[in-house]
Amino acid sequence: MENNRFELNAQLAQMLKGGVIMDVTNPEQAKIAEEAGAVAVMALERVPADIRADGGVARMSDPEMITEIQAVVSIPVMAKARIGHFVEAQILEALKVDYIDESEVLTPADEENHIDKSKFSTPFVCGARNLGEAARRIAEGASMIRTKGEAGTGDVVEAVRHMRQMKKDIKQLCGLDQEEVMPFCRDNGIPYNVAMQVRELGRLPVVNFAAGGIATPADAALMMQLGCDGVFVGSGIFKAGDPASRARAIVKATAYYNDPVKVMEASKGLGVPMVGINCDSMNEDEKLAKRGW
Amino acid sequence: MAKRDKIGVLDLQGGVHEHVYHLQALGIEPVRVKVAEQFDDLAGLILPGGESTCLIRLLNIFEITPKLKAAHADGMKIWGTCAGSILIANEIENDKAHLQLMDISVNRNAFGFQLDSFNTKVLVPKVSNDEIDLTFIRAPKITKVGENVEVLLKLDDYIAAAESENCLATVFHPELTPSLAFHKYFVEKCGVTVTSDLTERPDRTSWMKYARYTEVSK
Repeated sequence: MENNRFELNAQLAQMLKGGVIMDVTNPEQAKIAEEAGAVAVMALERVPADIRADGGVARMSDPEMITEIQAVVSIPVMAKARIGHFVEAQILEALKVDYIDESEVLTPADEENHIDKSKFSTPFVCGARNLGEAARRIAEGASMIRTKGEAGTGDVVEAVRHMRQMKKDIKQLCGLDQEEVMPFCRDNGIPYNVAMQVRELGRLPVVNFAAGGIATPADAALMMQLGCDGVFVGSGIFKAGDPASRARAIVKATAYYNDPVKVMEASKGLGVPMVGINCDSMNEDEKLAKRGW
Repeated sequence: MAKRDKIGVLDLQGGVHEHVYHLQALGIEPVRVKVAEQFDDLAGLILPGGESTCLIRLLNIFEITPKLKAAHADGMKIWGTCAGSILIANEIENDKAHLQLMDISVNRNAFGFQLDSFNTKVLVPKVSNDEIDLTFIRAPKITKVGENVEVLLKLDDYIAAAESENCLATVFHPELTPSLAFHKYFVEKCGVTVTSDLTERPDRTSWMKYARYTEVSK
């Protein structure tokens, strides 16, 4: 039987559902994340909050660092490539990472085109702010989507905005008469074949996690109740006072997102959360989520 | 004690919807198990695929583990798929074992990376007369079984499916393929009647019906 690589890749994402994927910058953090119950780790050199603070060009991580992390955990290891930087993606595939994140958190390498992900055997996850962006990434070969929040801020507002936008777009598309689908696709930049799948399913045809700005157990449960299949937590854990407890608490709240008593218990006594940046006080050109086309 | 006549799927993390859909296709209305009290009327429990470290942590934090073991001792049969088979194994190579309900040894992530995930099609005589599609996602390998464990499927150098009186272990994911054969096999092992004669689930992206953002009227 022929391996259906896209399907296998989408199915790995299915197995991550209901879980938390954590940003880690070294093997020690990766162990803490795994011990806390993370379903995967994202290996990167600097968490988004530091990328934001440091400025400069943010690139793919050193392969050696990624290898060290792969060596210490048994859960899947993901790593980021710059938008459009297909050679960074080739390197990550050569490293056998389990998922490549073509990420707006890094400085884009191409301001017009994303990577042709269909050429790769390694699965890709990509960010999206609305249905059009998600559908274009899926058409390019992404087997998992994450709604873009504003990474490195600890402010969940943008993640909520974009998840709500995604749901609104999908509701609208599903409510259209068939004749209206093509103009809707044209106006929203949605590949027609993906639009037809979405109409049939009532959702994106791949797993969709929330990402960006999630800092507390309540934030994670909020995104789950809004319909996300799981969450990414970046700076929110290792920029907090007590990363291990916070990581565990977010895992609990994600698994029991519909149980207020358990989310309440998970929220107790976690120490200082990451300080955070209010997204409303940011200039539009400081927002990473706007990267991606 | 209530009568054990239901099938449950542990609903903490992983491929839960997929198992629920397969069971429904067989005419079974499964229980999505979130808390230990739900074990009371289960004839069988499926531990889904997901990440074993995440699942075991949640089982322990919420003190589900002792109650799961008690329900098992009281007659609740268990089927572990992929991560689930790691959870029930008596032995995990280079790591501490978890629930220890079945006399098998497991090598976690024996296939290594996602690039090693694969599909195959084989005959599992005890489960079905037809060849069944199998999907392996970063799968473990069963490397050894005890004397009270029967091997259902051996591939290359490892065991892919095995059963004991009270447990079934598969390192692959029947819930990701159209075939309902393993689900039927487990449900009947639990003494619950399968009312549907379907052998394949009706559609391929079925899990999404439980995770829709909007209702689809068709």
